[in-house]
Amino acid sequence: MRRSMLFLPGNSPNILLNADFLGSDSIILDLEDAVAPTEKDAARILVRNAITSLGYTREVIVRINPVESPYWQKDLREIIPVKPDMIMPTKVGCAADVKVVSDYITQLEKEFGMEEGGVKMIPLIETAMGVENAYEIASADPRVTAIFLGGEDFTADMRCKRTKEGTEIFYARSRMVLAARAAGVDVYDTPWTDVEDYDGLIEDAKFAKSLGFTGKSSISPRHIPFINEVFSPTEEEIQYARDVFDCIEKAKAEGKGVVSLHGKMIDAPIVARARQVLEAAEAIRGGK
Amino acid sequence: MIKQKACAGTLESSDIYVEIAPAAAGSGIRLNLTSVVMQQFGDQIESVIRQTLDQLDVKDAELTVSDRGAVDCTIRARVETAVCRGKGEE
Amino acid sequence: MSKLVKDIKEAIRLSGLKDGMTISFHHHLRNGDMVAVMVLDAICELGIKDLNVNISSIFDTHAPFIEYIRDGVITGIETDYMGGVVGRAVSEGILEKPVTFRTHGGRPSDIIRGASPIDVAFIAAPTADCMGNCTGKTGPSACGSLGYAFADAMYAGKSVVITDNLVDYPLVDYSISEEYIDYVVTVDKIGEPSGIVSGTTKITKDPVGLVIADYAARAIDASGLLVDGFSFQTGAGGASLAAAKYLKDIMIRKNVKGSYGLGGITSYMVDMLQSGCFKALYDVQCFDLGAVESIRTNPCHMEVSGAHYASPTAKSSAVDSLDVVILGATEIDTDFNVNVHTDSNGYIMGGSGGHSDTAAGAKMSIIVAPLSRARLPIVVDKVLCKSTPGNTIDVLVTQRGIAVNPKRPELAERFREANLPVVDIHDLKEMAEKLNGVPKKPQLGDRVVANVLYRDGSLLDTIREVPAR
Repeated sequence: MRRSMLFLPGNSPNILLNADFLGSDSIILDLEDAVAPTEKDAARILVRNAITSLGYTREVIVRINPVESPYWQKDLREIIPVKPDMIMPTKVGCAADVKVVSDYITQLEKEFGMEEGGVKMIPLIETAMGVENAYEIASADPRVTAIFLGGEDFTADMRCKRTKEGTEIFYARSRMVLAARAAGVDVYDTPWTDVEDYDGLIEDAKFAKSLGFTGKSSISPRHIPFINEVFSPTEEEIQYARDVFDCIEKAKAEGKGVVSLHGKMIDAPIVARARQVLEAAEAIRGGK
Repeated sequence: MIKQKACAGTLESSDIYVEIAPAAAGSGIRLNLTSVVMQQFGDQIESVIRQTLDQLDVKDAELTVSDRGAVDCTIRARVETAVCRGKGEE
Repeated sequence: MSKLVKDIKEAIRLSGLKDGMTISFHHHLRNGDMVAVMVLDAICELGIKDLNVNISSIFDTHAPFIEYIRDGVITGIETDYMGGVVGRAVSEGILEKPVTFRTHGGRPSDIIRGASPIDVAFIAAPTADCMGNCTGKTGPSACGSLGYAFADAMYAGKSVVITDNLVDYPLVDYSISEEYIDYVVTVDKIGEPSGIVSGTTKITKDPVGLVIADYAARAIDASGLLVDGFSFQTGAGGASLAAAKYLKDIMIRKNVKGSYGLGGITSYMVDMLQSGCFKALYDVQCFDLGAVESIRTNPCHMEVSGAHYASPTAKSSAVDSLDVVILGATEIDTDFNVNVHTDSNGYIMGGSGGHSDTAAGAKMSIIVAPLSRARLPIVVDKVLCKSTPGNTIDVLVTQRGIAVNPKRPELAERFREANLPVVDIHDLKEMAEKLNGVPKKPQLGDRVVANVLYRDGSLLDTIREVPAR
C-alpha cells in the first residue's frame, strides 16, 4: 500500500536514521537535488549503508541523478547491490530514457548475481516531453510499476507559473493518470510545496485523488498524515464494499443472476471498485 | 594507498568528520579520535574505523576524526568516502 | 525623600552586608544579565567574602562566578538552574559546599516560609523610580515579567533595586512595589539586550521534531482534557513550540476555548492568546520580544510571581489548575523519572526550573524527546539525576511511539482509540539500543557536588563529582 512518498535528503545521517518513522508509506532517499555535486559520492555510500544496516520497514525508493549527469551509473552501482524496492530516475522524457536505466540495472543485477527485474522503477516525469510521452514511459519496461509527476520542473519547462490552484498542471495531471491507467501502473502526484498550508494541501490531495492518482509525494513529514488520510478509503466506502460482496454471496445462494444493492444494479465495475477498496483497507491495516 | 589528503562527513549531530592523510609505508594507522560520546562509545567507534580501513585495504594513514554521535553505518560510510577521495578514486 | 544612593558599593555598605551572609539575584535578564557580576565585583572590592549566592538561574554570562568561587567570595550557591559553563566547574568540584538546587516553585516557597533566608536581594530592574517601584516591561533592557524577583524583594532583609532606566515618581504599571525596597541604584547598563530575550523563538524544522510535536498535539487532543476551559504550559524547546502550534490548529479547528496559558511565555503562546485559544496568559518569565510586547500592552497577559506560579506552600498556585504541560528531558528512565540537571557524562548543564512543579500540578505531563540524541538513547535504566519523580510524569512522546506511565492506563486506552502508536517504555529503550548500541556508563566520583531538593524542600537526589580527565 503506497499512499504517501516522502522525499528525504540522502546525505543527512540523522534523517536517514529516522526515515522509517516519519509516517510515510514509502521513503524516497534523494541523491539528486538534495545533494550538492561535491557530495554525490558521500551520499550514495551513506544511503547504501543506511539501506543495508538500518532495517527499513517502509518501501525504499532511491532517486538517482539524471541520465545526462555523470553520476547516475555510479549511483546505481552503489545502490542496486543493496536492493532498494525502487529506483526513481529523474527528468525522464521518453521510453529510451527508461530503457537505458533499466538495462544498466539488469547488467548490475547479473554482475552481482541478483534476481533480474527485482528492482522496480518509478520514473519521475517533469518535462513537457515526458508528459507528452507518459504512456510510452509507463509501458516502456516491466520494471516500471508507477509514474510520478514533478510539477515544479514541469511548469518551469512549460514556461508558466506554478500556482496553488494548479490550473497550469491540470492537463498534465489528467494526462499522467490516463497514461498510467492505460499502461496498468500506479500514478503519483507532485508535492504540495507550502509546508504550512494544510488546508491547501488537503484540497490539493483530494483533487488529485478525484482525478485518479494512487497517492501523493511530499517534502514535509507534516503533510504525511493528511495525505494518508485523503488516499485511504473512508469507513463508508469500506462498508459499501462489504455490502457489495455480502449481496453477491446472498444472490448466489438464492440462485439469482442479477444482483442489486440499494436499488442499484451491481455490475463488474462496481465489484472491481469494491475489491480495490477492501484490498486497500486490508493493506493499511496490515501496515505496509 | 592514500595518495592525498581528503576529508568526508560533517560536524552535524549524528554525523562524523573524517580527515585522512598519506603516511609512510609500514607506519600503520595513526588515529586521533574525539567524540561527544567518547565515554559511552569511544572503543566501539575506534574499532569500527580500524575495521573499515582494514576492509578497504588501507594499511598506512593518518586520521583525524571528530565524531558527533554517528552510528556504525554512518562511521563506515564516512571513512569509506574519505578513503576513496584520498585514493583519488572519485 | 529618595532611596537613591550613589553607587552599588554605597548600597552594599548601607545594607549591612557582611561575610557569611546570603545575597540573591533573579534571572529575568537571562544570558544578558550584567547585574550579578557587577554586584559581586563591588562586593569583592569591599573585601566581603564567604557569601552564599541564591540566584533563580545561572547562565553562561555568569562565568565570572567561577573566579569568585576560587577567591572565596562565593562559598555557597542555591539555584534552580545552572548553565553548562558554571555547571562544569561545579561538577569538577570547585565548590566545597554542595550546591542546593530547588525548583522555581520551591525557591519562593522556601524563601517565604523562612527555610531559605536572604540577607540582601539585588534586583535588576529594567525601569524603576526613585522610591523603588519597578518593572521589567519597559526600558532599554526590558525583559517583561519580573516574576521570580517578587519573593526576594518581599522577604529579604534588605532589597536593592538596580536600574538603567530611572523614571519620575510614580512609575506607572509597576510590578514590584516600593514598600519592599530599601535602596535604588542607577547604572549605565543592566543587561545586554541580545542575551535577555531572543528576537524570535524558533519552531524546529527538524522532521523528527515535527513528528514528535504532531504526536504530542494529537495525544493532548485524545486525552479528553482538550475541552473549553483547557489550560496549558509548554517549554521553549523547538519540538515543544511546534507542538503548541499544532495544538493551536486543533483548538481553532475544534473551536475549543481554553482558560489560561502558563509559564515562561513565548510568541507562540501570545499567538494562541490572540487567536482566542486562551482567556489569559499567566507569565512568570518572557522568552522573546513578542512576549515582552504582549505583557506590556495586553491586559489579558498578566505577570505572576514565582510563588503564584508554582509554590507548593501557597494556598494555591497556578500549576495546581494546569491541565497539560509539555516538558523536555535529557534522560528518562523506565520508571519515568526525568533528568534535566546533568548531561550524559554527568556534568551539570541545567536544572528543574518549573519542571517538577508543573509535572506535579498538571493533570497530564508530557515529555517530548527524540528516541536518541547523537547516539545516546533517551530512555535509560536509571537516570543519572532524578530531577522530577516518575510518579508525576504521565507520557513520553518520541518519534517511535508514545509511552504511557502504567499508572495511567486510561490515557493509554484513549491514545490507542485515537490510533496513536502506544508503546512500552522498555521497548523504546530497546529500539534505541538496537539502533545505536548500548552506551557505557560514565564514571562518576563519590563526592556530592549538588543536592537536588524537591519542591517541598525534601532531598530528591544528589549529583556527584565528575573526575577530571
